[in-house]
Amino acid sequence: MRQDPAGRFRLFRTVKDLSFWHAACDYLCKPTRTAMKAAEIAELQNEPACVHNKKEKSGCVKAKPGATAGGCAFDGAQIALLPIADVAHIVHGPAACAGSSWDNRGARSSGPMLYRVGMTTDLTEQDVIMGRGEARLFHAIKQAIDDYAPAAVFLYATCVTALIGDDLEAVAAAASKRWGTPVVSVDCAGFYGTKNLGNRIAGEAMFRQVVGSREPDPVPESAQRPGITVHDVNLIGEYNIAGEFWQVAPLFDELGLRILCTLSGDARFREVQTMHRAEASMVVCAKALLNVARKLEEGYGVPFFEGSFYGISDTSQAFRDFARLLDDADLAARTERMIEREEMKIRAALAPWTARLEGRRALLYTGGVKSWSVVSALQDLGMTVVATGTKKSTEEDKQRIREIMGEDARMITDGSPGALLQAFKDTRADLLIAGGRNLYTALKARIPFLDINQEREFAYAGYRGMLELARQLALTLEAPVWAKVRAPAPWSAPQSICASATTVRAAGHG
Amino acid sequence: MAEIIRRSKALAVNPLKASQPLGAALAFLGLDNCIPMLHGAQGCSAFGKVFLVRHFREPIPLQTSAMDQVSTIMSADENVIEGLRVLCEKNHPDIIGLPTTGLSEVQGTDIRRLVRRFREQHPQFAATAVVPVNTPDYSGCLESGYALALEAVIDALVEAPQPHGSGRRKKQVNVLAASMLTPGDIECLREWIAAFGLRAVVLPDIGDSLDGHLVAAESTPLTFGGTAKSEIARMGESAATLVIGRSLSRAADLLRERTGVPDRRFDHLLGLDACDAFTLVLAEISGQAVPAAIERQRAQLQDAMVDSHFMTCFLRVGIAADPDLLVALGQFLAGAGAEVVAAVAPARAEVLADLPSAAVRIGDLEDLERAAEAGRAQLIVSNSHAAACAERLGVPLLRAGFPQYDRVGGYARTWVGYRGARAALFDVANLFLGNHHDTPVHRSIYRPDYRSDGRRDAPCRPAPEAGLARR
Ligand code: SF4
Repeated sequence: MRQDPAGRFRLFRTVKDLSFWHAACDYLCKPTRTAMKAAEIAELQNEPACVHNKKEKSGCVKAKPGATAGGCAFDGAQIALLPIADVAHIVHGPAACAGSSWDNRGARSSGPMLYRVGMTTDLTEQDVIMGRGEARLFHAIKQAIDDYAPAAVFLYATCVTALIGDDLEAVAAAASKRWGTPVVSVDCAGFYGTKNLGNRIAGEAMFRQVVGSREPDPVPESAQRPGITVHDVNLIGEYNIAGEFWQVAPLFDELGLRILCTLSGDARFREVQTMHRAEASMVVCAKALLNVARKLEEGYGVPFFEGSFYGISDTSQAFRDFARLLDDADLAARTERMIEREEMKIRAALAPWTARLEGRRALLYTGGVKSWSVVSALQDLGMTVVATGTKKSTEEDKQRIREIMGEDARMITDGSPGALLQAFKDTRADLLIAGGRNLYTALKARIPFLDINQEREFAYAGYRGMLELARQLALTLEAPVWAKVRAPAPWSAPQSICASATTVRAAGHG
Repeated sequence: MAEIIRRSKALAVNPLKASQPLGAALAFLGLDNCIPMLHGAQGCSAFGKVFLVRHFREPIPLQTSAMDQVSTIMSADENVIEGLRVLCEKNHPDIIGLPTTGLSEVQGTDIRRLVRRFREQHPQFAATAVVPVNTPDYSGCLESGYALALEAVIDALVEAPQPHGSGRRKKQVNVLAASMLTPGDIECLREWIAAFGLRAVVLPDIGDSLDGHLVAAESTPLTFGGTAKSEIARMGESAATLVIGRSLSRAADLLRERTGVPDRRFDHLLGLDACDAFTLVLAEISGQAVPAAIERQRAQLQDAMVDSHFMTCFLRVGIAADPDLLVALGQFLAGAGAEVVAAVAPARAEVLADLPSAAVRIGDLEDLERAAEAGRAQLIVSNSHAAACAERLGVPLLRAGFPQYDRVGGYARTWVGYRGARAALFDVANLFLGNHHDTPVHRSIYRPDYRSDGRRDAPCRPAPEAGLARR
């Protein structure tokens, strides 16, 4: 079956070297090449609305060999676009890209489930050597259209297909002409950079290829209510993880805010097409898709603001900001009434939980961007945030954190397990709140943990989300297992396994 | 003899395949004080890490040479040297595994030469072994990547024994463990072998490194447990090598060639026949009678086979897994009277011909779903990704293989051995019982319609999901 690897590689290398140089030369010389040019990437990295670039470059550090964590640009592009639920998402590349990543994210859809069907060209060695990638992709698009009748097909470039110079843009154009289904190419090879860059590439692809290609439907008569002017809005960077946005969505309906598109959570292709007609956009938490908001503003005059649906105060603020941007006095008045009602309701419901959580100390490590919104949610619950990660934060973010947490807020830049546990110990924290990557850092060290990442199972957004957040916090803090796993076995020496000392095993052991 | 049906679709839908570099990383994770570093762009390692973390529910050490725009176009050689240096300096590992990826292979990397260059430039890190292996993700699958890595480990770390040193330790046996074995399986193997007074050197030993146990040390940047480098070096002193899994044939050949230690090979250890063959060999190597405890376990399995045959016989199953595991499960279930009506593997392998089924398809979970539907399968055996497909088919799923992320403890499950087989039989039988379809109700035209008073009358199958309807 398997050939002798040495022989295979000898044969392969000659063909390969040629094709590699071919690709490399094209890549460097020809401006029409599909593989994204360095200049374009630099431009995306220089997102003007991104505060990272106004202040300092800390958000865009170069990956270090042997010391890098975090996903690639392809990963980021998928995170941003997969929740467009009625699209066939085809990953063009060999097995690694789709194989270990499909269907591993928590975004929910209220309708089509097509986005959860993993699709990849799964290129073979022959495809790569013989340059048959484009042909396979072309047929793959046909197969997806025939079998699944998608609203559109998205093609994602990956490292190998970018390097061998497959022209996704041309394939997309040919395929959509041939079969009449929109085909969109996303040039997001992993080696272009980080997840963040991938988010922007995805946003750029939507803005250039999809937004503006359709007018919104009129508001259905049945949804009109006397005295309420309907305003069209966009949400950008909201992923509906665990369906959490559905806890906020009813309030939009109540106020007469029609969400033209959420880029992207529970989204549809036809909604993305109409984003240019919104009267205002909200960039939710992540700054990664700020480029879309900015371009909608520049190109179509859609104003935007940045906000979050985590925590009582931030949720209320988001609605106030919409009312402000939409400049509708009646909306503003109704918004205030809604906020008053909802805040009262949730505070009453939270009271028993806050009593239990009051004063508990949380160490927050989110890698930066979402920090302040989560901080305010925790403070709403009466908790103390003893430190927060600021690795990806800008000076502005940090200033905001100081405003919320006080001047001596401790900021953590080193997110390695050892450093996190050390900080945990130093700050006498009760639990760690971080992304899934640090889950087992915490559990192995026998400390309570709350996951606030992409893959989580629980819905924390909006007023109602606070209840779930409180419940999950209490659950991990009050679990009876901690005492049992920290205590030594009854027959061993009476010295407890400390929950906070960091012991990195000495090298050379074993 | 199963006919092997080639992949015929341009598009893989709901991929079954996990990649070669991932498999290689897994093999390295079974070595002590080790860290794998994939030579490629950072995403492969990040995805691989999430994949393994979600499966094992353990922290997973995995690094990357972090190829970027410039190094992809110009040269990524420095990335490898620098990555190795950083890992040595920071963590002092005993072993660094260095699998390539599709990206670095297409770029034309000469990974062995890079390791030599690293040795020349940084002689101070001589204590750390570096094991390079070519594992592009456009060939093979997790299983083959794992096997290639194991071959590379043997090549790099096993020493040719001293004259007369070969087989010096009469009470020690090597075990080459394929990727289908779980940490629970490895544990069972070790006890099985110990029952004959033998000591096992398991390569790789994810039973020691990924079994999930709390230790005093709170954070470790390297693997914690696994086969020690020094043990690997001395594998030539063992009396025999037991090879589990056909995918390891080449690795086994190399080990035998290098050390002269005789080996015995097994395709798998699932079910009565396979267990008996293994037990017999252990008795032979150790010169000991089969212990009473094992006789007892065997009798228990026989009892379970009798008890559950009502449920397992004629049961139509669909299986999708890497080749070794696919054949293991297929032979095991066929041995209990089940019928393999759908079989899918992500890549070709010689062993597939031995699957007790008319055909095996090289493909994805969409192929499994279609074949299972056509063959009216009553049970699906595959990884967690198949949950949606089993749901659409309205049949239960027995989780096996990689990845298993939607249940706790899949990694710990023991499949091998008499007790493992017994537990698996019970589970198969119970899944069948839990999903037993009664005779369809007949409603006479002369009797009133009960539907209006709220009684359940809907079919058990969930409605087809919107957007998934096939034309
Ligand atoms: S780094 Fe490249 S090859 Fe790896 S997952 Fe990302 S796109 Fe795929």
